[in-house]
Amino acid sequence: MSAPSRPTPSGQAPSKPAPGPTPAGATRGFRLPRTGLAQLAAFAVILLVNWSVSPQFFDVRLQDGRLFGSVVDVFNRGAPVALLSIGMVLVIATRGIDLSVGAVMAIAGAIAASLADSQPVAVCLAAALAAGALCGLWNGFLVSVFRIQPIVATLILMVAGRGIAQLITEGRIVTFTSPGLAGLGSGAFLGVPMPVVLTAVMLLLTLALVRGTALGLLVEATGANARASRLAGIDTRATTIAVYVWCSLCAALAGVVAAADIRGADANNAGLWLELDAILAVVIGGTSLFGGRFSIVLAVVGALIIQAMNTGILLSGYRPELNLVVKAVVVLAVLLLQSPKLGALRGFLAARRART
Amino acid sequence: MDTVSDAPLLEIRGLSKSFVGQRALDRVDFTLRAGEVHALLGENGAGKSTLIKTVTGIIARDEGTIRLDGAAIDPKTGAEAVAAGIATVYQEVNLLPNLSVADNLYLDRQPTRFGLVRTGEMRRRARELLSGFGLDIDVSAPLADYSVAVQHITAIARAVDLSARVLILDEPTASLDAQEVAILFRVMRSLKERGIGIVFVTHFLDQVYAIADRITVLRNGRLVGERETASLPKLDLVRMMLGRELAEVESHREAGSAPAGSAAAPLATFTGYGKNRYVAPFDLVLRRGSVVGLAGLLGSGRTETARLVFGAETADAGAATVDGAPARLATPREAVRLGFGFCPEERKTDGIVAELTVRENIVLALQARRGWMRPLSRREQDAIAAKYIALLDIRPADPERPIGLLSGGNQQKALLARWLATDPRLLILDEPTRGIDVGAHAEIIRLIRRLCDDGLALLVISSEIEEIVTYADEIVVLRDRRHVARLSGDAVTVPAVLAAIAEDDARAA
Repeated sequence: MSAPSRPTPSGQAPSKPAPGPTPAGATRGFRLPRTGLAQLAAFAVILLVNWSVSPQFFDVRLQDGRLFGSVVDVFNRGAPVALLSIGMVLVIATRGIDLSVGAVMAIAGAIAASLADSQPVAVCLAAALAAGALCGLWNGFLVSVFRIQPIVATLILMVAGRGIAQLITEGRIVTFTSPGLAGLGSGAFLGVPMPVVLTAVMLLLTLALVRGTALGLLVEATGANARASRLAGIDTRATTIAVYVWCSLCAALAGVVAAADIRGADANNAGLWLELDAILAVVIGGTSLFGGRFSIVLAVVGALIIQAMNTGILLSGYRPELNLVVKAVVVLAVLLLQSPKLGALRGFLAARRART
Repeated sequence: MDTVSDAPLLEIRGLSKSFVGQRALDRVDFTLRAGEVHALLGENGAGKSTLIKTVTGIIARDEGTIRLDGAAIDPKTGAEAVAAGIATVYQEVNLLPNLSVADNLYLDRQPTRFGLVRTGEMRRRARELLSGFGLDIDVSAPLADYSVAVQHITAIARAVDLSARVLILDEPTASLDAQEVAILFRVMRSLKERGIGIVFVTHFLDQVYAIADRITVLRNGRLVGERETASLPKLDLVRMMLGRELAEVESHREAGSAPAGSAAAPLATFTGYGKNRYVAPFDLVLRRGSVVGLAGLLGSGRTETARLVFGAETADAGAATVDGAPARLATPREAVRLGFGFCPEERKTDGIVAELTVRENIVLALQARRGWMRPLSRREQDAIAAKYIALLDIRPADPERPIGLLSGGNQQKALLARWLATDPRLLILDEPTRGIDVGAHAEIIRLIRRLCDDGLALLVISSEIEEIVTYADEIVVLRDRRHVARLSGDAVTVPAVLAAIAEDDARAA
């Protein structure tokens, strides 16, 4: 990432006073999630709070070639939402949203679980991912070709997807015994739980794909100003379809991980409400729902923040119901920090402080 | 005109308004009499909307007085203006399309009994009200079921029924067909007879001559003049709207540039090219090293022509060739591949990506053409940005500043840089000098000349006639979405262009 060279108030006045947006009015549009210090600090604080309520929080032990411990749990349990947030951040960067990721998880989980005892694990994985890609194509098509609002377009699959998953499992909870697929949930690589490994691989792959190519710039331009981007020659339609496909691929992988973890597919509950956690993770990661600038890494940090809160509340012995209220407070805090009104107020206060 | 009285109904004196240092209105006077239709004319940025918004209280004025029937008024909100007796109907009808016509007419003031809306009574009153406007429709049907004309008349009926004395119609005819315009005019005439003063904003001059009693012309925020329609020839009106002091215009044309241009092989030709209800089919030839200018009033089809040429809209008639071979121009992407570039008029919405940096904005089109798989390295991007920031003198010379923070002129230069970086063969510039300060203005004109000398084909749209004649080899004049005249060589003069714009259809044929 580039060093942020922000306009600094130098002693010299610019040769021409630039008319147009005042700094206060520009706060929302130009607030770049480049540093991520706030998110990392929040994550650290929550981990420390967890440590204070549960002194064994940072204890890690190696058992059967796999690391165990509360802090490992944060990463392991956080893996599905982290996977979802990797795809979701790209969709949100194009000024879209994908409500269907939870349902896509259920479909992918159902397919993987149904095939697990008859097919090798590679086939299960490939079938689940292919189904995910198909779901993404459907969403992307509705959004970019038929110009249906993303929230409505993906709502269709959010509702229908769970039905499709139930058709695949024939309304039952499909369980399997294949150790191959189960290994994706409970196995480990060099001691690191497999879900964490898969998430890291997906994160690196996505970073390479998006930041290693020009895709990131094209996505940001499309999200920030689709009209201007189209007139600059960007294929905004293909870009939009691509991000929805990638988002559903991530969701499918998360669905396989979730199914592997419980050695079965529960079409009713797999991935239920996780789309909201994924959107929350993206927002905590500083990517605006208005599209444009985005950060994949910080979205994953956002997912870990959510899971750290969940784990902390469980460890502290409070009732898990409290979890939802705490989450709501965090969302409110993050959204308030992003609100243009508050940004203007902050700019106003800063200007006043500078004057006195 | 029999009911026109001489006492002013609405009297505006010395109205001024500035936005961040830019004067949008400069001591403007405007007088409306009872029972007259008064056309308010001017090109984009002339100050028409600012004038209307200050009168209707949507924006606060800096100075000046507004008198209604001799009493000073100072509306602070749209509602206060309505209460004072000034109602406005905008181009985009701002009623609620999903509610019934009757609901729309009586929204917020429905007849009630015991707190409940008396729907039957409301519908009866609505029918009565609309019949006064010659409209006999089912008032219980949703407003959206009716044509735009009926929606406009509903909006007018509501406004007039709210005891309006002054009715402001802001481009009411822009989306109406001829028959609907006739209906609207009938309504306007009947309102005139009731003694209501109507301010009519439009850019269709024929309609001005059909209905308006008097005309006030604004240009660049200043009052150009107020005339009786009957005693103002159309050519003079166009001159008032577009021309500066014509005596001051000196020809900057360089001898010999025109023949060189017309001798060059055509880069792109368009034959019978057009789109239904967008631009009538036209023929156009664009040559290397030559500038074709598009002139005409606002809404005459200049931007539409440019968008068709660039593939931003898809033509449904005619054929295009580039380098002599048939070309498909259905999307901007295809045009960019052929070496076309387009700097749109609406810089903020169609041009810049405000949130991205100057560097990213400059490389955007080049990167889009290369495709996502072949990214420009950061070093290449920095080199391109540095090159064009220096070449075009973009200020501040900071490639990492979000482009939205730059001034209009510098944004325009960055957009030019975006296309120059793609090494284009044809550049389409839509109002390249609008809304930018004088210094940058001259620089952009010099740049247009230089690009032309370098062998680029240019298609330039400009409302500044005296400016465009100095560099265009050929000027196409548009009216009512048709290409009506083509001037080239020595015929490219300000009077000739103005005459072609004002000419009646009969004479143009």
